[in-house]
Amino acid sequence: MGMQWEGKTFVENLPKIYGVYTGGFLAFFFLMAWFESMGMGADTIGILFVAFTIGIYAFIGILSRTMAVEAYYVAGRSVPPVFNGMATAADWMSGASFVAMAGGIFMAGHGYMAFVVGWTGGYILVATLMAPYLRKFGCYTVPDFIGTRYGGKLTRFAAILVLVVASFTYVTAQITATGTIAARALQIPFAVGVWFGLAGILVCSMLGGMRAVTWTQVAQYIVLIIAYLIPIFWMSMAQGFGPLPQLQYGPAVERIMELEPIIGVGTLTAQESIRGLSTLSTLHATPREGAMAAWQFVTLVACMMIGTASLPHILMRYFTTPSVRAARNSVAWSLFFIFLLYFSAPALATFSKLQMIDPSLPTAIIGQPIESVLALDWIQKWSAIGLLAIVDSNGDGILQINEFYLNPDIIVLATPEMAGLPYVISGLVAAGGMAAAMSTADGLLLAMANALSHDLYYKIIDPKAETRKRLLTSRVLLLLIGAGGALVASMQLTGILGAVAWAFCFAMSGLFFPLVLGVWWKRANRAGALAGMLVGLFVGWWYLVAVRNPDAWYGIAAPWLGLNDLRFGIVGITASLIAMVVVTLLTPAPDAETQAMVDEVRIPRGDTIIAAKQ
Amino acid sequence: MTFDLAQREAHWRKTRNLMIGHLIIWFIFAFVIHWFAAPLNNISFFGWPLGYYMSAQGSLAIFVIQLFFFNRQQHAIDTQFGVAEDE
Repeated sequence: MGMQWEGKTFVENLPKIYGVYTGGFLAFFFLMAWFESMGMGADTIGILFVAFTIGIYAFIGILSRTMAVEAYYVAGRSVPPVFNGMATAADWMSGASFVAMAGGIFMAGHGYMAFVVGWTGGYILVATLMAPYLRKFGCYTVPDFIGTRYGGKLTRFAAILVLVVASFTYVTAQITATGTIAARALQIPFAVGVWFGLAGILVCSMLGGMRAVTWTQVAQYIVLIIAYLIPIFWMSMAQGFGPLPQLQYGPAVERIMELEPIIGVGTLTAQESIRGLSTLSTLHATPREGAMAAWQFVTLVACMMIGTASLPHILMRYFTTPSVRAARNSVAWSLFFIFLLYFSAPALATFSKLQMIDPSLPTAIIGQPIESVLALDWIQKWSAIGLLAIVDSNGDGILQINEFYLNPDIIVLATPEMAGLPYVISGLVAAGGMAAAMSTADGLLLAMANALSHDLYYKIIDPKAETRKRLLTSRVLLLLIGAGGALVASMQLTGILGAVAWAFCFAMSGLFFPLVLGVWWKRANRAGALAGMLVGLFVGWWYLVAVRNPDAWYGIAAPWLGLNDLRFGIVGITASLIAMVVVTLLTPAPDAETQAMVDEVRIPRGDTIIAAKQ
Repeated sequence: MTFDLAQREAHWRKTRNLMIGHLIIWFIFAFVIHWFAAPLNNISFFGWPLGYYMSAQGSLAIFVIQLFFFNRQQHAIDTQFGVAEDE
């Protein structure tokens, strides 16, 4: 017995299956809302939300177990574009996007919008330069493309190295996020939450590889987007901003800009320093002045975009579509599904800020007597766990903007409470954040385990290994890398956002040009690609370390051109491009067979390159 | 239908030009527009300051629409040269 996972009937049934699933999840949500009105406690609701959704992912993960290579590595190349778009969107939107983005916009204003632009526009590069060609290639992993296009074990190994450095940096941040959310929703210590989160992640990927990850990611996308949008719609209705706030919040932005000089945003500065918390001192929609600010904006956008187009866990999603054209369409759908969340985040940040500062709204706290603010439920709840603080620095008994300290992450979590929405919304948001972090972690872990099992173990170490052994290796690796990630996560070394930006910079430094030029420059050869990957990775790495340790012997006193540690990819990728072009031109052109291979990659019709080679 | 060298080159030239065209649009809405965010903010767009609007929605919406157009155009090129896949 076994379920049919490919073929016409399965594909035709997909809308029905996920339609029922979506209905079921909404029904669960309303059931919880009803339970709450009947007096069920907030803790129980939180636990039920997290347990119910993880249970479903585990169910899908176990149901889609497989021992077939095509199914395990590329989901049988049978995922329709729209569904692959949803899976990619879940793969893409991390715990940071879900939890931290609106808060980042809230606190850092226009400067933070570089992430919003950068994390969407990168898909133009993916569609025009990469995805269709990699699909035509027919590889299982990104290093598989590099290794076959350029030839040579060392090239393949260099690609594995870049992949692992970038993905591992990223995955620790995701496991940290699952740990944080699990700890809060299930009321367990963070260190336990991390291992609990990892167990949930592994059950989705270990048995069914890419096939299981694909179908759980679709399910996770549905949960995360519902969890992000329902509170926004609900809050907007409750506050009288209209039914479609994303299209109507312009006047709210204007109102904030009007209020900012009155309440002293940007002029009043914090008097205390409280670990992890800060006061609002950046203007909402007004960019910082000068060419340097504009330069920092566009360089951050560039890093996020080029990083998007170089991250293997994203690129490998496009190996799973049935055709080259489907891969291309799938990129457009991915971006559409990502857009739904990203164009809502600034709306959420705007509403949430207006609610706090506009004295004509009943939710306002700035300019109100401190005594009455301290009596609010949500203020008490979040200050109790140290994510919010109020200090009357000038002793006038009125809350000023520079006396209200908060951790940006609470914007998504606390805004519903601020608007007086029931607790069931918080449970929903916890489930959404968990889905976002788990789906990204799954994609990353699988990208690493697949590269190590397929490229390192099968292609380099033991080319005669039988299928069973290869897939077993991959599963053991998943477990080991996951455990390694959880171990690092439990040490809490860096903030989530820093680690995420670094992953993008590592990926772009090492992989962008070897991938793009592999398709777009026929002359590109093995030595050039190798130089591009290694020089890019090591120069990027050195710059990151140097800019963070200005006093060390290898350090640099001040960042070059304002390129700080979030933007080190600009330095790495420049070195990578120069190294790749110079070394390629100094060494002989690739042989006729390789050049013919590149010609074939450029047209959609015909067998994949890998299939034609066998 | 045969697919000779000249056609191969013509197909790739068109594909490349399409890519360049889309990357120019991308470059404008990814970088150029945001470089001028401060002056653009003086213009009001349905209540939004325009510079902020472009970073919060405008550029994003253009990217999405652009990709669906790109797919149609690339498919038309592939079909014209007879190298589209059989459905």
